[in-house]
Amino acid sequence: MKELICIRCPRGCHLSVDEGGNVTGNSCPVGKEYALEEINDPKRMVTSFVRVSNRRDTMLSVRTSKPISKALMFKVMDEINKLKVKAPVEIGKVLIKNIFDTGVDIIATSSIEAD
Amino acid sequence: MREVDLVIIGGGSAGLSSALEAKKQGIESILILEKEDKLGGILNQCIHTGFGLIEFKEELSGPEFLDRFITKIKQEGIEYRVNTTVSDITKEKVVTYFNSEEGQVSVKAKAIIYSAGCYERSAGQIELGGPRLSGIITAGSAQKYLNIYGYLVGRKIVILGSGDIGLIMARRMTLEGAKVECVCEIMPYCNGLNRNVVQCLEDFNIPLYLSTTVKEVKGKDHVESVILVDVDGHQNQILGTEREIKCDTLLLSVGLIPYVGLLEKLDLEKDKRGQISVNQYNETSLKGLFLCGNCLHVHDIVDYVVQEARSSAVGATLYLKNEIQDEESSSVIYDSNISYVIPQKVLASLLSDITLKFRVRANIRDAYVCVYNNDKLLKREYHTGLIPSEMVMTTIKKEKVKPPINLSVRIETK
Repeated sequence: MKELICIRCPRGCHLSVDEGGNVTGNSCPVGKEYALEEINDPKRMVTSFVRVSNRRDTMLSVRTSKPISKALMFKVMDEINKLKVKAPVEIGKVLIKNIFDTGVDIIATSSIEAD
Repeated sequence: MREVDLVIIGGGSAGLSSALEAKKQGIESILILEKEDKLGGILNQCIHTGFGLIEFKEELSGPEFLDRFITKIKQEGIEYRVNTTVSDITKEKVVTYFNSEEGQVSVKAKAIIYSAGCYERSAGQIELGGPRLSGIITAGSAQKYLNIYGYLVGRKIVILGSGDIGLIMARRMTLEGAKVECVCEIMPYCNGLNRNVVQCLEDFNIPLYLSTTVKEVKGKDHVESVILVDVDGHQNQILGTEREIKCDTLLLSVGLIPYVGLLEKLDLEKDKRGQISVNQYNETSLKGLFLCGNCLHVHDIVDYVVQEARSSAVGATLYLKNEIQDEESSSVIYDSNISYVIPQKVLASLLSDITLKFRVRANIRDAYVCVYNNDKLLKREYHTGLIPSEMVMTTIKKEKVKPPINLSVRIETK
């Protein structure tokens, strides 16, 4: 039996998973999905920013398009920190495609408009 | 003097969503006043995800969530000013603002929605011990420095207070290469959401010390260490439990205070906590002045702010169309498990369903949230657990409430 707190929404349900993979305590199907994933391969959303090279004091916020393996979080940060972007940038733009072959992209979460 | 139907003070999530709702309700002349250089308020710096789960059924970051609202504001052609500070609001609803393009301007508003948000409680307000060194900074300020301007404020961090911004910053600063030594919380429970304890602290092995506070900050010009101390059930420091932790930064996440200084001179009716009282339309005792968002009460989830802002906009529309009759109101009563209920007052005639929002004072397991009118039970709702960090919301159908209205909220256990 493993006790977990669901992090998929702010409700934070208290979940239990037994050896047979049966989930209890969830209020919705997402909770079950989360519990099984958390036991086998926990995933997290990574969010950060990238400096906009042709603008003074301007940051472009970015994130993983989907939650990514928890073990990869710091490696993803290293890749994000190597990124160089120039204005203008459209919200949703893919900055790194299929990072570490995970099927997850790094996308812009804000727009930097042209001058 | 220029006349405007609805002036909205504060262009954050609450202000933007109330503007869009008012427009949808048919109000044409709307003006949003925002003090920062762009619309959006605090969510601009909340680059983490978790926003929009109710509104869009998606997990968005703060800027993405805002983008959808700001795009609509622009499509609808709703008038707004940025870099604009409001300096005065009178009982006659004359709003004075200034900015570098127009200078000082006064407009006569028929209705006002005030959605100016919160500010963070500071070191002085919690009587933090020790000298006022550099390196003591509120979590929200550190968040702005990092996410908007790109500066990490320290390398070895202690966080005082377990509010959500503090937890989120523990993760952010760790990902950016800082070492977060611990989060300490004076209360015996965490003030942030459960999910943030998991994904911001446990994921990075950051300890959370409950019933613990900072006794003293030490250093010469800059923070060099903090002395932690355990507290008892009455928050008294327990002698002999002190321990020193080396750090260069103390982040404070010790609460938010509604930004309502501009409203002080209007002598609005307040509740026993000293917060401004509103009715079911979030209207204050000054008719036609509505509140919403964090300046009314602090929310955990922006999606709830949006819902609240919409009901303020519906209220403002009813007021502008003269559909709210000036009439008797009654106070909403609650038991000692509850720290406050919004709205504090209910007008005698219900034009729509009524949503009650409240927080409990301490953790309660297996609780029934009960709403009564006079002594008649209207609703009894089971919750596995209620905690102070989660706002509780319950909606009562208007048909169920028979006059005279005297609503009360009680928490019952088995």
